[in-house]
Amino acid sequence: MNCRRLATSSITIKDHKGVQPVDAGFAQQIKDAGNLPLDRCYQCFTCTLGCPVAKYMDIKPDQIVRMVQLGLKQQVLSSEAIWICCACETCVTRCPNEIDIPKLMDTLKETAIREKITGKNKIIPKFHKDFLYPIKIFGKQYELGLIVYQVLKTLDFGDLGLGIKMILRNKLSFLPGRVKNVDQIRNIYEKTKQE
Amino acid sequence: MESLKYAYYPGCSLESQLAKEFDLSTLAVSEALGIELEELHDWNCCGASSGHSTNMALNHAIVGRNLALAEKQGLDIAAACPACYLRLKHTRHSALEDPDVKSNMIDAIDMPYEGRYDVKHILDIIVNDVGLDAIKEQVVKPLTGLKLVSYYGCVLVRPPDVVGFDDPENPQLMDNLLSALGADVRDWSGKVECCGASLALTKREIVIDLVQDLVKMARDVGADAMVAACPLCNMNVDGRQKLSKNAMPVFYFTELMGLAMGLSGTNKWWRKHIISPKKLLKSYNLI
Repeated sequence: MNCRRLATSSITIKDHKGVQPVDAGFAQQIKDAGNLPLDRCYQCFTCTLGCPVAKYMDIKPDQIVRMVQLGLKQQVLSSEAIWICCACETCVTRCPNEIDIPKLMDTLKETAIREKITGKNKIIPKFHKDFLYPIKIFGKQYELGLIVYQVLKTLDFGDLGLGIKMILRNKLSFLPGRVKNVDQIRNIYEKTKQE
Repeated sequence: MESLKYAYYPGCSLESQLAKEFDLSTLAVSEALGIELEELHDWNCCGASSGHSTNMALNHAIVGRNLALAEKQGLDIAAACPACYLRLKHTRHSALEDPDVKSNMIDAIDMPYEGRYDVKHILDIIVNDVGLDAIKEQVVKPLTGLKLVSYYGCVLVRPPDVVGFDDPENPQLMDNLLSALGADVRDWSGKVECCGASLALTKREIVIDLVQDLVKMARDVGADAMVAACPLCNMNVDGRQKLSKNAMPVFYFTELMGLAMGLSGTNKWWRKHIISPKKLLKSYNLI
């Protein structure tokens, strides 16, 4: 009874940033999608302490877990943190409660994309989409194409020097490798709804 | 001795020119050690790390296609790139643990898959299957004096319940291997630290910070060079340091094996490095 009322009424949480909307079904949605035992977290901060990129995150990994528990969907899915996690697997290796936080981050990223929630960082989600595109066409990654496209799209020429060094040492193949049965890859993309 | 024949999965970085020196040295060393690497027929990219980050069903399917191809070929997979290695291990692990993952994967790839064949990393095969004694016998040019630190990176040893062929916090295999080659291997705290991986193309300032920290840690223990097992770690450390006289070269462990074992073709490998290791190797009379 209580749960139903929770799920249908509009609930908010007030924190230092103001009043935040709560989505009462969010925690369950994420737990189910990633088969994640998030309730076990007792906020020991081990994940955040060992995280090599926590200092670049707007919301730290332990806070992400807590905020998912609380149903702060909008804040979590629009955070930059979920895109900064580079899945180094340190947190899950050390978590005393065996919570797979990289998998949680993946689940959150996938949910943000599926529900078209854009956040502070728009470059990284777009990069992932662009990264997957050459694989649909060739079956393999095309580094040179990906890099040139990335530079042209962001107009960020900060890596020009590195690019020249890589070309001088013949580190960027002019053409990508190809899978013979690339139709199989296209079918996979279609069945798994990837553009 | 059991037959050391594997379906070789080079991955995109090793097949393309990006980490060709890793590919060539892996093949040369494997041949010398009697490891037979038959390329996995018609393999495709594993999609790391964008696949698993944004579409888990796609990740399971494109990785699963490679697993199914290996099963058809009747061989365990030998992977060189740790990112590919973890994706292959992870997908196999998920498919064996969760029947839904397996059935969705089989449906998406439209190929049979039972999960009979395992996935191993080339470092695991070299150290655990071939063994250090057999390697020592082949060392003709010991790396005497060369001060090295082993840089395992993230996913070669993590998460331990999926990969687990070495200690996840303080792995030893590469250290023991380099010692067997005669090098002066230093203990350091950067062994399993992250280089920032694919953020290289989207958040380069993070990668530059992390690489600086790594190089400093290596320097603090007196290392001349770092030794990596991952194309992404290697590319970030090699490409994201400021080019100067003090820049620290980074090797693939297979390159140093090839050098110590006196294999031909090593000169081609050094040319691919952004920070040339030639001066360092000359100073120890190794080339």
